[in-house]
Amino acid sequence: MATIDTGAHRRITPARRKARSNWLGGTFGWVWLLIVMLPIYWIVITSFKTQANYFVTNTFAPPSTPTLDNYRSVIENDFVRYFLNSMVVTVGAVVPAVVISFMAAYGIVRAARDRRVRSINSLFLTGLAIPLQAVIIPVYLIIIRLEMYDTLLAIILPSIAFAIPLSVLVLANFIRDVPRELFESMRMDGATEWGTLWRLAFPLTRPALVTVTIYNALAIWNGFLLPLVLTQSPEQRTMPLALWTFQGQFGINVPAIAASVTLTTIPIVLLYAVGRRQLLSGLTAGFGK
Amino acid sequence: MTTLAPPAVRVDQVPTASRERGGSVLWMTMPALLMFLAFGLIPLLGALGLSFTTWDGIGDIRPTGLTSWKAALSDPGLPHALGITFQIMFLSWLVQTPLSILIGVFIAARHRYRGLLAVLYFIPLLLSSAAISITYKAMLDPNFGIGSGLGISALNQDWLGDPTLAMGVLIFVVSWQFIPFHSLIYQGAVRQIPIALYEAAQIDGAGRLRQFFLITLPQIKYTIITSSTLMVVGSLTFFDLIYVLTAGGPGDATRALALEMYQKGFMANLMGPASCIAVILVLVGVALAQLLRRLGGRGDESQMEGM
Repeated sequence: MATIDTGAHRRITPARRKARSNWLGGTFGWVWLLIVMLPIYWIVITSFKTQANYFVTNTFAPPSTPTLDNYRSVIENDFVRYFLNSMVVTVGAVVPAVVISFMAAYGIVRAARDRRVRSINSLFLTGLAIPLQAVIIPVYLIIIRLEMYDTLLAIILPSIAFAIPLSVLVLANFIRDVPRELFESMRMDGATEWGTLWRLAFPLTRPALVTVTIYNALAIWNGFLLPLVLTQSPEQRTMPLALWTFQGQFGINVPAIAASVTLTTIPIVLLYAVGRRQLLSGLTAGFGK
Repeated sequence: MTTLAPPAVRVDQVPTASRERGGSVLWMTMPALLMFLAFGLIPLLGALGLSFTTWDGIGDIRPTGLTSWKAALSDPGLPHALGITFQIMFLSWLVQTPLSILIGVFIAARHRYRGLLAVLYFIPLLLSSAAISITYKAMLDPNFGIGSGLGISALNQDWLGDPTLAMGVLIFVVSWQFIPFHSLIYQGAVRQIPIALYEAAQIDGAGRLRQFFLITLPQIKYTIITSSTLMVVGSLTFFDLIYVLTAGGPGDATRALALEMYQKGFMANLMGPASCIAVILVLVGVALAQLLRRLGGRGDESQMEGM
């Protein structure tokens, strides 16, 4: 790849016209990239430094003697358990959330003329405006009454509920684009609504389903408030909460903290690497209107 | 609660009119509706209900009328937290919006790095607020942080120990996390502007700057409203970021509404007054969203209707 060629933007050809002379955006775009990448670079290189090395070398210099000790001590500190807890919570919430949101979105599109379904839809839309913080105290009360406090299920159930509004919105927007004739011909062939849902809507909506899955997985994997309020024992800790306690535990051992941050981030970066295109196009299509 | 679907076989189906079909798919919305009611809408009403009670979080819940409201409203912590929240909201909007538009317009243009930039810009959105806060906290250490690393002594400040600086850091970290998201939204919007508009403007002799103000900005008006709504309403809910980065400090310099509520409820065990703050949080959010929607003048067809 060539060096950064800002001069290319000035060439006035029809295809490049829009990029031609946005030097302000261009300069700032690259500066911003630096601002975005610097902390990420810092946290990764720091995670490979020994504690002694961290305090004597320049903080942005790569480690002189790279070590994996920080990762080792983080993993020895029950990291695997926290990782599995996060996996259980994320998968356990995202899969049912996407499935029931998809069913709801299908119902909303197919019965758009039904007044009951329309009011259910506006309920979901209202849900977009409910912040989790506003309901955390009653949710805490409900979880206590259900005797689920300090279990992973306590995190999973509200996570499902809070994934529903946006998922339904995005999926319904997508299903609406399926040509009506396809539904009609399915019906002519004697398919039930359930069959139409799975054999027609499901394959056609797959890109949106991937978007919604990744988006929800991100939000739930990174969730902090629900685990903080609804669990207590170290056995039920999820990764963001574990990070927070690592920070207290490792104190000034910054390289160990850096390693724990890096470790908790790797799974989500991998997920992003797999579904990046879908997520970006889904998000820009969903919001950019 | 289970989310099992009813059996798929439906023998009663000879649907002709779409209204009848409506009845037959109604059940499909039920699992989502029930979950949403149980852990979203009913708790929302529950917060309102609890605001008229006294509860320590463990013992009995006693209805005490307006006692909690009186306690919440007479607490000087509430106006302070409200002020901090509006400060964070306004400053982070002011910083994020122009920069997001600038970057959005830039990455919407055709050039060979667009794909790469879109990937890299997205990274902050992947990280948890906890991870981001911990990273910045460590990086801003006055002795071993970025100041000495970059050799700029002006950066050697007690960033999180000074009230003004801590607020600045908070705004910066918020922007760091969310500018990428908003610039991607703007990128999507800019790419939908018909090229013919620019061609016509060019023929009329409009310069780049005029084109930006006369075409780009008006064309992305609704996106600006959507993005601002997400920013403004979102900033009401900053919790983990502040909790981990500053814990509301130094002193109470960054103690925003959501944090105030958490501390009242789960640290001081005053669930009644904390529920009052929760209700205020919702009211402020809805009011702001409505206000922004009016400003946008878009009416009910907006797809972000509920926000």
